[in-house]
Amino acid sequence: MTGILQFLKGCGRQIKTGNRAYFAWLAALSVAIVIGVIAYVHQAQVGLIATNIRDQVSWAFYIGNFTFLVGVAAAAVLLVIPAYVYHWGPLKEVVLLGELLAISALAMCLLFIMVDMGRPDRLLHMFPLIGTPNWPRSLLAWDALVLNLYLILNVVVVVYILFQSYAGKETNKKILLPLVLISIPVSISTHTVTAFLYNGMAARPYWNASILAPRFLASAFCSGPAVMIILFQILRKTTRIPIKDEAIWKLAELMAYAMFINLFLLGAELFKEFYSQTQELRYTQYFWFGLGKHRALVPYAWSSLLASVAAFFIFLVPKLRQNWVTLNLGCLLIWSGVYIEKGLGLVIPGMTPDTLGEIYEYRPTLVEWSIALGIFGVGFLVFTILVKISVPILAGTFKTSGATPASH
Amino acid sequence: MSPRNPLPVVPDAPIDLAPDLREHDVDPERRAFLRTAAAGAALASLAGCGGLTMEEFFRRHFKELTPGQVKRVLARVEASNKERFGRDTKVTAEGPMEGVEFGYGLDLSRCIGCRRCVYACVKENNQSREYPQIQWIRVLEMDKEGGVDVSHAEQYYEPATVPRPGKFYFPVQCQQCRNPPCVKACPTQATWKEKDGIVVVDYDWCIGCRCCMAACPYGARHFNLAEPTLPAAELNPRQHYLGNRPRPKGVVEKCTFCIQRSRNGRYPACVEACPVGARKFGNLLDPQSEIRQVMETKRVFVFKEELATHPQFYYFYAT
Repeated sequence: MTGILQFLKGCGRQIKTGNRAYFAWLAALSVAIVIGVIAYVHQAQVGLIATNIRDQVSWAFYIGNFTFLVGVAAAAVLLVIPAYVYHWGPLKEVVLLGELLAISALAMCLLFIMVDMGRPDRLLHMFPLIGTPNWPRSLLAWDALVLNLYLILNVVVVVYILFQSYAGKETNKKILLPLVLISIPVSISTHTVTAFLYNGMAARPYWNASILAPRFLASAFCSGPAVMIILFQILRKTTRIPIKDEAIWKLAELMAYAMFINLFLLGAELFKEFYSQTQELRYTQYFWFGLGKHRALVPYAWSSLLASVAAFFIFLVPKLRQNWVTLNLGCLLIWSGVYIEKGLGLVIPGMTPDTLGEIYEYRPTLVEWSIALGIFGVGFLVFTILVKISVPILAGTFKTSGATPASH
Repeated sequence: MSPRNPLPVVPDAPIDLAPDLREHDVDPERRAFLRTAAAGAALASLAGCGGLTMEEFFRRHFKELTPGQVKRVLARVEASNKERFGRDTKVTAEGPMEGVEFGYGLDLSRCIGCRRCVYACVKENNQSREYPQIQWIRVLEMDKEGGVDVSHAEQYYEPATVPRPGKFYFPVQCQQCRNPPCVKACPTQATWKEKDGIVVVDYDWCIGCRCCMAACPYGARHFNLAEPTLPAAELNPRQHYLGNRPRPKGVVEKCTFCIQRSRNGRYPACVEACPVGARKFGNLLDPQSEIRQVMETKRVFVFKEELATHPQFYYFYAT
């Protein structure tokens, strides 16, 4: 008991120490969170009418963000495979960072679902025993199951690694490896089930394409590692965790392949729609060219494509991916490309025109932007704090007895 | 007509609907809400220990409630109505009648697009008037040249007189599918299909995730984006728990074939309001019913039959 207390105190010390940049970062995140909270209080009072969600476009920005972040959460752990195969230095560290990112992304996912719900006060109705989950028929019930399972698994692995290191013991590969290996199929299933949530809806031809789940995975393999690449660079500079250049370049190379598959699948979809020119072309057409004067998403569609293609070439050419400037530019491009593609680009055209042919042009309101900002603030804050505690534990400067606060 | 679901077999004692105007009295003991009696009883004892608010919070699913609990739930809704609108209301939970399966027919050659059905429905079913404006029936104006095709449908037509030349009108509301995608999508079983074919929503169980709205191919489900705006003077006091009782903010609602009327042998409000007799309604299990006569003498079709939702709502051209 005193051990736990001591650990918590130590954690507090870790969070409270840092340089100016660290505190400026925390302050910025706090501002974002406060803005989000204010916006959410307003939304909770007046209802979802504070958003531009309407009957015609009944899912929108929140659900788009949720979908994108499921991808980030899923892909972070998929890193484990190459990390293991290519011996990128300490597996433990790489796994841990992936899992921390997954936990933060999952926290954001759950928050985005919460703010999208009309009655978050009735969340318990979805839980087994207390409520009546429509399982196995409802895909959202499945999604809740796999996301929570994945979250639990990640927390267990993180706690295990950190606890062992904190206690000054080695992690047992016989325990760690099976857990990590289980989390791989679970992470794939979170993203697949999220894809099926859309995919299963015959009423929405834009989503009702079998290519959706593979595309989800391909794009997730791009957006997740993009975060990790930037993170690895920061951590290398600020901590003693050894991450080789080769590891980062290898990751960039894998992203190029993932982006190629993603673009190829997109091409296959576009060919089918534009060549066969059925009624169902209207949704794709709305996204890429607009329908009449309704062109709200057209600039987003093309900038997303442009960003993804540019990033593909950056990561494909060895010279460009080994140059830190172009590499980081590529990460930003891939992040924004996938963010549009898996966010508004997935959700809105699925519902525009609506099932009765009506075109309602959706654009997020200020309240939606603010709430999203707040949720990203929470996610980054969770991640920052987790990393702040974990890194000194891994580095051995934050240990069980006589721990000295490590500042970087 | 859907190929996989032919008309149901006619039962021994078909019930004639039209003249049967029974009272609205609640008789919860008669309800067949207890599908799993034993489990229900066990849960009832669990839910019973607690105050009203606790009971509300830890309430079981509507179908698992005992008749006594249903009575208390209905009383609570009436009390909340009184608080919200300052008026006395009668809220029932009339269950489905034996041997009745509702079917609806819409004669496209008669409909003139006047939207009287829409307004009658809004009034009868206590829909939010504006901000948000909720209308369970949407009338689509389409070109005669184009046939039934939503890609050239216009819902917001406002000419001085209808019908307009060259146009025909295609009203859409909940099609009460036999294979309802909305019911499948709901993560909490807050919406389900009753024995008489009506797809209902428990507004006290819905979490407002709107999966059902994404799943519905007919745009039949509507969301209370804000606290519904419903003037107290216009409140319809005769209410059904699964139908037209006033909704809270943040839940989904839809057409129920006027469950508060149809389960008492009355026509839905839209059928009564239609000035040209384009709307037909009756018991599919009764070979003498109006809807069965339509099917017998006219050729009917269902909307978006390729999705195999097998609606209990049929369109036809009488002339």
